[in-house]
Amino acid sequence: MLYREAGDFKTSYVADSQTFPIKFDRIRYYIVVAIAFGVVPFLINDYWANAVFVPFLIYAIAAIGLNILTGYCGQVSLGTGGFMAVGAYACYKLMTAMPDVPFVIHVALAGFITAGVGVLFGLPSLRIKGFYLAVATLAAQFFLVWLFNKVPWFYNYSASGQITAPERMMFGIAVTGAGTPAWAKYLFCLIILFALAWLARNLTRGSVGRRWMAIRDMDIAAEIIGVNPLTAKLSAFAVSSFYIGIAGALFFSVYLGAVEVGEAFGIQKSFLVLFMIIIGGLGSIFGSFAGAAFLVLLPVLLKNILVGQFGWATDLAAHIELMIVGGLIIFFLIVEPHGLNQLWRVAKEKLRLWPFPH
Amino acid sequence: MKKALAALAAATMLMTSMPASADLIVPNLSYRTGPYAPGGIPYADGFNDYFTLLNQRDGGIGGEKVVIRECETAYNTEKGVECYEATKGGGALVYNPLSTGITYQLIPKTAADGIPLYTPGYGRTSAANGKVFEWVFNYPSNYWDAASVAIRYLLNENKGDLKGKKIALVYHNSAYGKEPIRTLTELSKKHGFTLVQVPVDHPGQEQKSQWLQIRREKPDYVVMWGWGVMNAVAIQEAANINYPMKNFIGVWWSGSENDVLPAGMGADGYKSLAMHGTGMDYPVYQDIKKYVIDAGKASGAGDQVGSVLYSRGMYAALVISEAIRKAQAISGKAAITAADLRNGFEQLEITEARMAELGLPKFGQPFKATCADHGGPGAALIQQWDAKAKKWSLVTDFIAPDDDVLTPLIMEDSAAYAKENNIAERCK
Repeated sequence: MLYREAGDFKTSYVADSQTFPIKFDRIRYYIVVAIAFGVVPFLINDYWANAVFVPFLIYAIAAIGLNILTGYCGQVSLGTGGFMAVGAYACYKLMTAMPDVPFVIHVALAGFITAGVGVLFGLPSLRIKGFYLAVATLAAQFFLVWLFNKVPWFYNYSASGQITAPERMMFGIAVTGAGTPAWAKYLFCLIILFALAWLARNLTRGSVGRRWMAIRDMDIAAEIIGVNPLTAKLSAFAVSSFYIGIAGALFFSVYLGAVEVGEAFGIQKSFLVLFMIIIGGLGSIFGSFAGAAFLVLLPVLLKNILVGQFGWATDLAAHIELMIVGGLIIFFLIVEPHGLNQLWRVAKEKLRLWPFPH
Repeated sequence: MKKALAALAAATMLMTSMPASADLIVPNLSYRTGPYAPGGIPYADGFNDYFTLLNQRDGGIGGEKVVIRECETAYNTEKGVECYEATKGGGALVYNPLSTGITYQLIPKTAADGIPLYTPGYGRTSAANGKVFEWVFNYPSNYWDAASVAIRYLLNENKGDLKGKKIALVYHNSAYGKEPIRTLTELSKKHGFTLVQVPVDHPGQEQKSQWLQIRREKPDYVVMWGWGVMNAVAIQEAANINYPMKNFIGVWWSGSENDVLPAGMGADGYKSLAMHGTGMDYPVYQDIKKYVIDAGKASGAGDQVGSVLYSRGMYAALVISEAIRKAQAISGKAAITAADLRNGFEQLEITEARMAELGLPKFGQPFKATCADHGGPGAALIQQWDAKAKKWSLVTDFIAPDDDVLTPLIMEDSAAYAKENNIAERCK
């Protein structure tokens, strides 16, 4: 009833090519944005910020980044953890070397540095494809983690090899360090995510995104119709690494405050983000959000239900939680191999026809 | 997803809106799953059981019942943060996360929230400097003490001379494993031995190449900073290359029954440091048996009682309970706050007589904290594994660390932290 195109007339090309062509979708989007910016910051407390929202927002940035590379451009990458580590260490070195520069500039610079590293490790993609490329990016993962462990300069020669984020202010309010108010953490990450998601959505709708998708769908055909594989692939690596680097910088400085590379940015992080986009849906911005939400929020939710509500033993709950999450992943992939985004799309399709299917 | 969020909201509301009762709330960030569970389970059991004993036998501490809030971290820092945020409301008194990585995150957070952090034998070593780390306590011993004690022991073995010797450090490639490197480097300069660093990556189930390296380098001694499954694998690999076990010394986190039993007779003669005695020959176990185990209130499966790490969890609980007692005495009220407890920790003194009174004579070293000293004396014992009898036996008395080397290092590291975080020194 509500969800339909009928009566929603477009009178210009701009209106016709907007992101949310259906009115109901558009309104829903504005409401979500309004709640995220206007309501949540007033209600949020430390637990909600540190355990739920901030990790979700940061993983969403990383998932969008990987989705650009893998979902839109078709280049499989297992180096996400390593690239996040580049972002985190770049941010740390910049923060400690130039304390007076506004923190958001450090985050952006960390993204650009990671973009550079990503392009470097993306070079093999011009010669190799598929599984072989995955192995090459796996090498990046292990090399980067090894590098940050091995060279003391990266962690400012601290005794334990840990990097710890010092306190940094934005407009007189702490955004990193222990004294950060919950709403500041949340809003800082939300603003960055909002800007990046908006950028990603429009990049993928435009000519750049179409070039990526042409490469993904068939690289030889793309080359014949005039897409330059060098610039298309490397730009995908650069943009993707930029996002992942920013996610890594925020993960270290805003979310955790102290990390060690092997534990925080190990291979399991690469897999986690990869699973996010596979479960959420390859080649979709909404899928990145859905996948990140699924893998970040579900374990916390299950833990709170099993331990907090039912009073189960913590170890039993932790094991059951792994089984439930694993089982649900398999269930979703059997029911809908194209991820949560496809479920969403099918639901919308059905709503459009309702109540008169066929 | 909205439904899920609503359920999540309901679950957390219920959890956080629990009324702050007058009980003494001690969160236990434990790990009973994952590759570090062999260490996490006995420690958590010992920790819980000691407080259960106090509740059952004495009706709590000073008439207040102790409530343990356990939360599973799986030794993972992200889950550790979630656990900290979930438990810190409602009057949490002290944190003891048994993870150096989580400790590093909690140091600034607990200072901002005003909750003491107690990290016996792990965590950030330079937190021993109470002038900088107001809320962190790591007595009786820390990592750098351990490194120094191990070297002192080897000096004694070699008539005070380690010149030209080669010592390999096999370590968990994380904040935890890297802690002793700085001390060992300094000590190698002082005593003239060569230090070979052999990192093992998380979780440490695969160590063939590391032990091949050790076989090639032929070090005179191997010192290990391992945890979880890494310990058992390392001891097995050392046995496989026929490395003489009597020259293989683990830190106190690499010296539990779970580490040596899998290697069978191959582990015979393996040594490790110890912060305290072990075994069930202490009078306190009669009470634990009567009030906790036979009453069916034992934590976990109840099969870890008396093991090394169970003893350590119990020791940590004992120190916390004594600090609570002290805090109650200082503040004059039974229902203390986290800030009161910090004062209790800072003025805590545990004497041998007090340990005997608590049913643990000759178990740990006496220590006394001050405003500037949150680190304690730092002495440690050496224990050796007897694979036939399947028990640890102490081979030395308490060995004191080399404070001439350690104190400047602690000052340097804590000063760096103070500078990074703009902390002014206390205790003038």
